[in-house]
Amino acid sequence: MKKWFVVVLIVTLALMLLPWGVLAAPPGQEGKIYTLGPRETLSLIAAREYGNVLAYPAIVYYNNLAAQTNPQLTKITDPNAVKPGDVILLPTADQVKAYLAGERVGPAKGDAPPDDLWGVVTIGPGEPVRIGFAAALSGAGVDVLGLDEKRGAELAVADRPTLAGHPVELVVEDDLCSGEGGTAVANKFVADPTIVAVVGNMCSSSSIPASDIYEKAGYTMVSPSSTAVAFTARGLRSANRVCWSDAIQGPAAAKFVYEKLGIRKVATIHDGSPYGEGLVNAFAEGFKALGGEVVAQEAVSVGDTDMRPVLTKISVTGPELIYFGGFVAEGAFLASQRVDVGIEKVIFMGADGIKADDFIKAAGAAAEGAYASAADLATAGPGVNAFLAKYEATYGEKPPAPFHLHAYDAVNVIMDAIYASAVQGPDGTLWIGREALNRAIRATSGYQGLSGVITCQPNGDCGTGTVAMSKVVNGQWVPAE
Amino acid sequence: MAVVSREAQVSRAPIVRVSVNRILLWVVGLGVAALVVWRIAGTAARGLYGPDIWIMQTLNGLVQGSMYALVALGYTMVYGILLMINFAHGEIFMIGAMAGYFVLNGFHQSGLLASDPVLALLLTFVVGMGVPPIVGVLLERIAYRPLRRAPRLVPLICAIGASFFLQQAVRLLFGIRTKVYPTVAVLSGSWTVNVGGRDLRIQHMSALIIVITIILMVALYLLVRKTKIGKAMRAVAEDKEAAALMGIDVDWVIMITFAIGSALAGAAGVMWGLWYKQVIHTVGFIPGIKAFTSAVLGGIGNIPGAMMGGLFLGFVEAIAPTALDISTQLKDVISFGLLVIVLIFRPSGILGEVLSGKKA
Repeated sequence: MKKWFVVVLIVTLALMLLPWGVLAAPPGQEGKIYTLGPRETLSLIAAREYGNVLAYPAIVYYNNLAAQTNPQLTKITDPNAVKPGDVILLPTADQVKAYLAGERVGPAKGDAPPDDLWGVVTIGPGEPVRIGFAAALSGAGVDVLGLDEKRGAELAVADRPTLAGHPVELVVEDDLCSGEGGTAVANKFVADPTIVAVVGNMCSSSSIPASDIYEKAGYTMVSPSSTAVAFTARGLRSANRVCWSDAIQGPAAAKFVYEKLGIRKVATIHDGSPYGEGLVNAFAEGFKALGGEVVAQEAVSVGDTDMRPVLTKISVTGPELIYFGGFVAEGAFLASQRVDVGIEKVIFMGADGIKADDFIKAAGAAAEGAYASAADLATAGPGVNAFLAKYEATYGEKPPAPFHLHAYDAVNVIMDAIYASAVQGPDGTLWIGREALNRAIRATSGYQGLSGVITCQPNGDCGTGTVAMSKVVNGQWVPAE
Repeated sequence: MAVVSREAQVSRAPIVRVSVNRILLWVVGLGVAALVVWRIAGTAARGLYGPDIWIMQTLNGLVQGSMYALVALGYTMVYGILLMINFAHGEIFMIGAMAGYFVLNGFHQSGLLASDPVLALLLTFVVGMGVPPIVGVLLERIAYRPLRRAPRLVPLICAIGASFFLQQAVRLLFGIRTKVYPTVAVLSGSWTVNVGGRDLRIQHMSALIIVITIILMVALYLLVRKTKIGKAMRAVAEDKEAAALMGIDVDWVIMITFAIGSALAGAAGVMWGLWYKQVIHTVGFIPGIKAFTSAVLGGIGNIPGAMMGGLFLGFVEAIAPTALDISTQLKDVISFGLLVIVLIFRPSGILGEVLSGKKA
């Protein structure tokens, strides 16, 4: 008996010596705590610790995850702006490898679906995680923008084909870049309880009415390219975007025109869409604030082809530059027909809505010298080159429009948020609480996407605000400076 | 005497009601007219726009109106004969523009456009005017002829369906990307005229469009007025049964009507492509609506009316935003508002004859 007692005692003591703490700690807490030295950047550390510069988003991810429970750690909101003395968590090499393969910490294990205010999506074993995608895939001048976004989203799914053991499926719908199309697609998605979240819409004209429907149904949308100020200005939890707001783009363009081009008199034209009108107003306000003069403010309609009357009307006011808020088709009509009415010396400038190769194709020689503002790819994240190579290999052409990176990021933000918020049953069933998912998306911070750093503001603006100017030179969009 | 006075009493009431309506309409009309005059006077008083601007806008309008007019002719001819609105006519126009694109782009790539532009353009017009009649005649044969004895709403709905079908068929066959007409060097130049000290630029292309439109209109007029088939068309338009009794092959005449209307729309489609460059499967929708408006404006069923209505609509669209000094965005409001005003005073259109009970 005594002998048995001693054995039990020794075994108990031995078990107590085992590092139970490690097993009991929340996932993601392994790794080592590290204090940044002077002039150290995350990519330097990534190169040193893991032999891969591109591994630094993994550091941000694991550090921010751990920072939620460990107040000692510094939360990283911008990977490019870490300071000496910041205390961060360096993940293990295995974790980094898993991160780069598209895996994330989570979902949490559970036996029953979680309680969720907005309802729970149940995905049975082997069933796909279905993410909606809405953009204009037909329609003059917007189809190419939508096609480009669709490809970006498709490549994101191709890079991370599974999520916690479930295949990921993109459900693609054409919203025609119109309010009616946007609401039709939204009604279709909210009628389908298997749609987890929506990447879209592309145009603000569709996103704004669609977001009201998603808000009521408890769906979350992440738009790659709806830049209208009004989209996130209405206090909706459904509306999120990974691009900037035109409140940034308009004044940035105005500053460029006034300071870099030295122009004092401009005319503005918009296409009547919320995007075009909002952008042009932001531009005009910014330009006036700088001391410039807006000599004419005109508008056309989407679908108009004959711009000669409006250009003739504008020509008498003597602008040095025409700033256009709208899309490729109307932009190309304006640019090419301004030659016909004899004001070809007036510079033509647009924004991300016209920065597509189709604009140059459609406007021909008249496109030469035109300017456009769009996302600054110089601040884009790592892996853009690899992405572009894959894009070309898959679709046989270079990206024809500006928002493929944002679409790629939108899918990834949603997938990461599913990992963070979902609960997985013992048989692999995935329960995704819609409200929990929304909170997880809104909690996105310091995510290094391809388009830049994505950190969600309380209003749903998650994109970075760096705008770069491009110019058409010899039939190509090139950086303007 | 008593009998006469009672008759007068009976008939007075409707006369009074009609004249109150008319007075109200005249008040509305004069109000709108006064508003227009006031806006134009205001613009003139500001003196912002010189004569060159007005000439330029008129020219812009005539070019746009020429294309509306050619498409409107198809609407009006079919209506004149079958009393139905062929809502797929805008798609016939689109097919003309598409056919023209593929031919001209082929010539551009093979080098014929550079070496022999006149021949290349001629062939483009031949194909652009040749393909739409095939589609138009097939459309009539498959979609409209079986419904000829059906209630009038049925072929109308069928036409809308045919419109969607053609649009989506072209989308599936040729893709959704916008097609861009190659630049034709001989047509891309312009003449510079000095008006009131300011240079006015007149595109060669705009002159060509107006000339081609005039030629086609004169040809159509001669065809309808001076030839045997034209006489047959007029007879069928007057009374199908009586024309059949006189030995006219009504089906053949209807087919010819569709073919001619489609060829005119095809010509407009090619000119649209040359003038605006961008062509896509939805390109026919807005010109179709505008051309239909032109046809109604001029008096539907009336060929000179469609010509005039198209030119008038194009002219108003181009010049009204400048003349009234309002945003160009509102040009469609102006043109459709104009339609309403014209229909209030002339319910059968500007040149429309008073329709018999059967036609109306």
